[in-house]
Amino acid sequence: MSKSVLRGLRAAALTGTLVLASSLALAAENPIKLGVLEDQSGDFAAATIGKVHAIQLAAEEINKAGGIMGRPIELVPYDTQSDNTRYQEFMRRVLQRDKVDVVFAGFSSASREAYRPIVDQFNGFAFYNNQYEGGVCDGHMIVTGAVPEQQFSTLIPYMMEKYGKNVYTLAADYNFGQISAEWVRKIVKENGGKMAGEEFIPLGVSQFSQSIQNIQKAKPDFVVTLLVGTAQASYYEQAASANVNLPMASSVNVGQGYEHKRFKPPSLKDMYVTTNYIEEIDSPKSKEFYAKFKAKFPSEPYVNQEAENSYLAIYLYKQMVERAKSTKREDIRKVIALGDVCMDAPEGKVCIDPKSQHMSHTIYLAKVGADHSISFPKTWEDIKPYWLGEAGCDLTKKDPMAQYTPSNPPPKP
Amino acid sequence: MDIATHVFSALYQFGDAFAFLVLSACGLAVIFGMMGVINLAHGEFIMCGAYVTAATVHAGLPLPLGILAGTVVSALVGVLVELAVIRHLYDRPLDTIVATWGLSLIATQGTLIMVGSTMAGVGTPFGSFQVGDYSYSIYRIVLFCAALGVLAALYALFNWTRFGVLARATIQVPHMAAALGVDTRLIYSLTFACGAGLAGLAGGLYAPTMTLVPTMGATFIMEAFVTVVIGGADVFLGTAPAGGLLAIVKSGMTSWQGQLFGQIGLLVAVIIVVRVLPKGISGFVLRERT
Repeated sequence: MSKSVLRGLRAAALTGTLVLASSLALAAENPIKLGVLEDQSGDFAAATIGKVHAIQLAAEEINKAGGIMGRPIELVPYDTQSDNTRYQEFMRRVLQRDKVDVVFAGFSSASREAYRPIVDQFNGFAFYNNQYEGGVCDGHMIVTGAVPEQQFSTLIPYMMEKYGKNVYTLAADYNFGQISAEWVRKIVKENGGKMAGEEFIPLGVSQFSQSIQNIQKAKPDFVVTLLVGTAQASYYEQAASANVNLPMASSVNVGQGYEHKRFKPPSLKDMYVTTNYIEEIDSPKSKEFYAKFKAKFPSEPYVNQEAENSYLAIYLYKQMVERAKSTKREDIRKVIALGDVCMDAPEGKVCIDPKSQHMSHTIYLAKVGADHSISFPKTWEDIKPYWLGEAGCDLTKKDPMAQYTPSNPPPKP
Repeated sequence: MDIATHVFSALYQFGDAFAFLVLSACGLAVIFGMMGVINLAHGEFIMCGAYVTAATVHAGLPLPLGILAGTVVSALVGVLVELAVIRHLYDRPLDTIVATWGLSLIATQGTLIMVGSTMAGVGTPFGSFQVGDYSYSIYRIVLFCAALGVLAALYALFNWTRFGVLARATIQVPHMAAALGVDTRLIYSLTFACGAGLAGLAGGLYAPTMTLVPTMGATFIMEAFVTVVIGGADVFLGTAPAGGLLAIVKSGMTSWQGQLFGQIGLLVAVIIVVRVLPKGISGFVLRERT
């Protein structure tokens, strides 16, 4: 046999295998591909590994029950390593090479703003399942996390009524901390209080002696802590050991980084957090979710709000795809525009707001006791993500693909 | 508020910044400043010390013994690393960067996989005290004293003991020391272990005050390197004044304009010192002396 014949045979054999492989894949129903870009290592990993597990749990449940329109969910996960450039790299990869139908991505707002232009550019479809500073008006995005009008306009007035009107903000120095601090300032002013001080801490800083002293100097009635990442969480231990003894309010602590489990009591005493889910919530739905989670991941240290957001997001996606009978973003958005995409989540009933593609939440006020036990002094049901819609963002009509803040609202038509 | 309150508060903040800079830098000063090995896994030795301290305290040991355990375990890990990796790279200093960086990645990710994303803290001992309107953590004073103690011990070790003389001889002119019958390989191993142990000590001392996560070493590494770089080759004459200078700049800027400016000030100070004194502070001091 000549060499060229051999080569030809080999090529034919190879093609045969390929054809066989692809037809096998078709037989197994072509799956719905879901990209998972979350930080499984690095500074944010403590808060975000649970998100990946929640996504795995929901995908497994849905696949067992027959998938989405009979198609199984196939996860395409990448570890983004708490690194913004990894988000950009992997977002390009899942959209261009893996050709996923939808991406679940991001913890920090810096990473979301790093990947969002890429989603827009390649016409992708992404879920951001994280609480954040609000204001993203982008038809390519669905946000299932809570936003300031849900977390701060409940929390800050409660704290001001209970403890006093002098407020100090200690926030992480990047877009999340800066914009959240702007919200706090706005709400404090609207409620007749005043800012005793503000300090912004670079990410990765772990030593707070001077900041603690600045706080003591300003003599606030309570401190709003918007600290992000594990390094910054060292603040609580250091403030407690310096006996600062001020009540704290936060939109990110406990609900994300379960600081009350990680630090020795009483360093988080009198910390008040508004969250849409934490594992201590005592409702049948929550208990059921928690039990399922623990059954699959027995060593999970904590089931936080981001885990619940990610879990329910897959079920919302399933519902939208099945109603649209398509995975195309434009078809799905037509379903969202009907305004009745809702589900009974572990936290309670949630719905997607068509104008902003954000989600309504049940907001729980969690209070950390001296022994780090959690109590819930107050619950607000069905708090809508109203700000974007009221400010003039309406994704059913126009898609500006932009992020707005109270000082930079959408342009008036 | 009276002047004494202000003075004490400024001193406390200075001491706090000084302790952090010196304790983070000491181990690196031995390994990088003296031996010339650019140890990018320095932060992971600190993390190792902190984790062992926390684990032993959780197991029931009192904190000082826990810190001791953290120090010893880090030193032992240091010996292993020296035997397995560093030993083969003494004449290839640039390659140690790659090797130790790889080690640090392995250590961080390995800890994440084996121990999990976080470890429960042990709580800061001793409580607080009040001066004027401010309350302070007593443990921070302990850290400051520990930093002074470590500096004094290092000075004594390298100047007054036989090991110190041999170590300095070995590092300055290795073949001459070997010709005079010094087991230079052993001395290198012990010096590296000493540096790793000091890193472990820093981790153990800071373990009660910080979040225990696999990446915690990274929060020390910038301060450690800049202190050693502007300190220069001599552990005592370099690290102590470098720590003092940077602590003044950092605590001053932080109290004036906040943490961000503290960091900016720190780095600007480093750039100026490196520009003016290329051999670091100890190079300057020693040149004056000769």
